[in-house]
Amino acid sequence: MKSNESVTLIEPRSGFHMLNFRELWAYRELLWVLTMRDIKVRYKQTVLGASWAIIRPVLTMVIFSIVFGQLAKLPSDGLPYPVFVYAALLPWTFFANAIGTSGQSLVGSANLVSKVYFPRLIIPLSSVGAGLIDLLISTVVLLLLMLWYGVPFTANLLVAPLLLIGVVFAALGVGTLLSALTVAYRDFTHLTPFMVQIWLYITPVIYPVSMVPKAWQWVMFLNPMTGLVEAFRAAFLGKPFDLQGIAISFAVAIAIFIIGVAYFEKVERRFADII
Amino acid sequence: MLPAVKVENLSKEYVVGQSADRHATFYDTLSNALKSPFRKRDESTADASKFWALNDVSFEVQPGEVVGIIGRNGAGKSTLLKVLSRITAPTKGRIEVRGRLASLLEVGTGFHAELSGRENIFLNGAILGMTRRDIAKKFDEIVAFAEVEKFIDTPVKRYSSGMYVRLAFAVAAHLESDVLIVDEVLSVGDSSFQEKCMSKMGDLSQGGRTILFVSHNMGAVSKLCRTGVLLHAGQILHVGDVSGTLAKYETAAANDSLGLATVVRGPLEGSLQVSSVEIQGANPGCTVVVAPAAHIRLRTNYVVSEKIAGARLRFGIFKRGELVFSVYDCRDSADMSPGSYQSDAVIPAKYLSPGNYHLDITAYSSENGAWVRVSNAASFTVTSEWLTGYENNESMGVVNPGFVGTRQQVDS
Repeated sequence: MKSNESVTLIEPRSGFHMLNFRELWAYRELLWVLTMRDIKVRYKQTVLGASWAIIRPVLTMVIFSIVFGQLAKLPSDGLPYPVFVYAALLPWTFFANAIGTSGQSLVGSANLVSKVYFPRLIIPLSSVGAGLIDLLISTVVLLLLMLWYGVPFTANLLVAPLLLIGVVFAALGVGTLLSALTVAYRDFTHLTPFMVQIWLYITPVIYPVSMVPKAWQWVMFLNPMTGLVEAFRAAFLGKPFDLQGIAISFAVAIAIFIIGVAYFEKVERRFADII
Repeated sequence: MLPAVKVENLSKEYVVGQSADRHATFYDTLSNALKSPFRKRDESTADASKFWALNDVSFEVQPGEVVGIIGRNGAGKSTLLKVLSRITAPTKGRIEVRGRLASLLEVGTGFHAELSGRENIFLNGAILGMTRRDIAKKFDEIVAFAEVEKFIDTPVKRYSSGMYVRLAFAVAAHLESDVLIVDEVLSVGDSSFQEKCMSKMGDLSQGGRTILFVSHNMGAVSKLCRTGVLLHAGQILHVGDVSGTLAKYETAAANDSLGLATVVRGPLEGSLQVSSVEIQGANPGCTVVVAPAAHIRLRTNYVVSEKIAGARLRFGIFKRGELVFSVYDCRDSADMSPGSYQSDAVIPAKYLSPGNYHLDITAYSSENGAWVRVSNAASFTVTSEWLTGYENNESMGVVNPGFVGTRQQVDS
């Protein structure tokens, strides 16, 4: 017999309980492999391949610049509108894609869920993780845009990785919550794209938070993406940080993450029965 | 020695019925919660019919033991495997597994068509719980076993189905674990590959691995396993050495007329009820073995409660799920008035190649196309004239018209 005489206990489980970090850690390779699979598969059999990761945000930026910058003449805090909107599109696109794909991820992996055991959290985690590579590629484009428009690089940039963690937490929270809800209620398959669309408009992506009356800005920041998007802009474009707003948004992001994972863990063992 | 697997009072309940609609809508849940916010969720499903897929099951498996779990469809085998593999949680009871646990309910789980054979080996291995190091170490062995060396960097969507299955099984066969749970995965691939799989399974069990094996293939069970667990309606009917358990299974099945059958509900359901099906006068369930020289006598009794216009009854002979041929109980359909009926058919066994067959019975009205069917009504085995042990050889084809060629030496 092997030396690792581990004992596995299989028992009924109910109610809320702690996330099993040790088990999740033991399955880290699977997380890596599934993330890599999502990345590899995404651009298979496409002519343009990974350049879609650049084309999509750049095209969105161009369209937004024409429609909202030129035609609607939305303010952009004194920055060139293309850079202004692109800096916000970075975290936003990542977030929108992440919650979209991870929301569908469990249902899309029904064959895995009903045939093999592993911590189910790996599935939405890996689809959020796979989006990071696109975010990285489009960040390079932002740096090039900044050079083109002569936007100076400042020390604020050093905060960007921290903000990225915030966005990842927000995406994981909403993504795991949606993925678990979609297993039980397929309504969310139809609801999610609609929700993402609305969410874009309540997040200051195409307009600055400064358009909202000062007294009401805190309401905006209850949307975790508000603080994160604004902070992303501040980090890249060298604007002062709205610390209070960022703090509210970060707190909400962490709260959503905890709720999302807790709900996911609560219903996890039912997935195979209802998927 | 401590048991490798200890199952204690294991029960699993499923809720079947309206309120357990698999994909309830969010609105339903929400409105229920709003209407009666203090009622516990469980009570709202109390009126739905509950069904115990496993009911107080206990057994132990010693380290190195190879256990076959048998039972007819719906006996709870798959549920037991799912609970053992931690795919679904039990409702009551507990299981203790000592050592690394791996389960194989399907080959090729998680294979991605767009990825190459190489990438899929690592992907599938990781899904089955192997580490990257383990897979890398066994990579060459896996590729050699699957016989796909030349195509290892080709996307698996370009593989033939045989190659795909071989690769999938190869990864699974190299899974390292102390306790292995295997569902009917051997029933894939061509016969030579099946043999290879069987011998690989044999090797695994020789290597001191504890194996729990579920199969409908009684030959495979008796070859591989020492111990048998017979499940029936979610409960254990018998645990013991494999030959005793198999014998119990046959008699248990024989005592229960129409036990294996499933009635497929058709529009004629209300007007015609099949009451018995017999092969050679024996009840279904016990396997009827027929020599090629003999005749297979099929008989069914049924009750017609309403007049059926232009009725005919069809015996369908199936092999591996494919219809081999049909026999009708009359040439021209005729009206059937209410009463009891019996239909017979006699088939010379020599026209069937050796192997297992099963019988479907369909009654239908040629007037309006209404029908009712009893599928898997009974089964029988045709033995081989010359080739003993080749009962399931695909090289024999489905029918055996008995043609024999000639041979002569034309040169030396």
